Amino acid sequence: MVNKMRESIIMKIHYGTALAAVALVAVHVLMRLTQSFSESLEYANVIANYQFLPYAGMLEIILILLSIHGFNGLRVILLELKQGKKYEKAVSYGCVAAMVGLIAYGSRTIIMVNMGVV
Amino acid sequence: MEPIDENKEGIGGMINPRRYGIERVAYLLMRLSGLGLLAYFIGHIYETSSILKGEVGWDEFLAITQTNEGHAILAIVIAMCVFHTVNGIRVMLGHGGVGVGKPSRPDYPYDPASQNYRHKIGIYSAIVLAAIAMMYGLAVMYGE
Repeated sequence: MVNKMRESIIMKIHYGTALAAVALVAVHVLMRLTQSFSESLEYANVIANYQFLPYAGMLEIILILLSIHGFNGLRVILLELKQGKKYEKAVSYGCVAAMVGLIAYGSRTIIMVNMGVV
Repeated sequence: MEPIDENKEGIGGMINPRRYGIERVAYLLMRLSGLGLLAYFIGHIYETSSILKGEVGWDEFLAITQTNEGHAILAIVIAMCVFHTVNGIRVMLGHGGVGVGKPSRPDYPYDPASQNYRHKIGIYSAIVLAAIAMMYGLAVMYGE
């Protein structure tokens, strides 16, 4: 499926995820500036951030958007370096696997802290 | 005798910033900043997962990042982020046909219409804004 998707569609997804991520990452960064930088990173503050559902939801969306954008960007760079049927397939599937892995790992943190498992 | 493909310069040719002007520098910086940001993003996901180890685990990991080296890395990340964003918007606009000029008959000296002053200003703006954001980031990190 990954190899069959048209590059033009993939680039639209790449640009869409970029624009959405810019807006949401700006909110994420501004949240750090609502207090002093070190204060905002204190354990209690970070836990409170994660347990505020809309913010946790936004973190999850940022995680998904940046994973898609980042690993597709890596795929594009690797495909610029070398071409070939097997190589392209390996790069595409490798990037999708890494993307899914990173989303799963990041989601685990967000869900566990949001549910108060710490 | 083995045929030699002189056009195959590999990674060296791809990253050589000395040819083709500021556009090639922007191309190189875009890829370097993209790879740097991906590496930071993966590290950030790993770093934030230390909160699952409780307050001690979080404070221990945070202490590693709250050093001069940690601040320097974060300042570079801020610069990469701003450059990648501003230059990325320029690239998107260019792909959409914005600011690339009108199609015309190619005449000598074959200056590409798309590599015009508008896009050059976009690239230089991205570099300047990245530098300003980096300085602001350092001021925030050290200003308390």
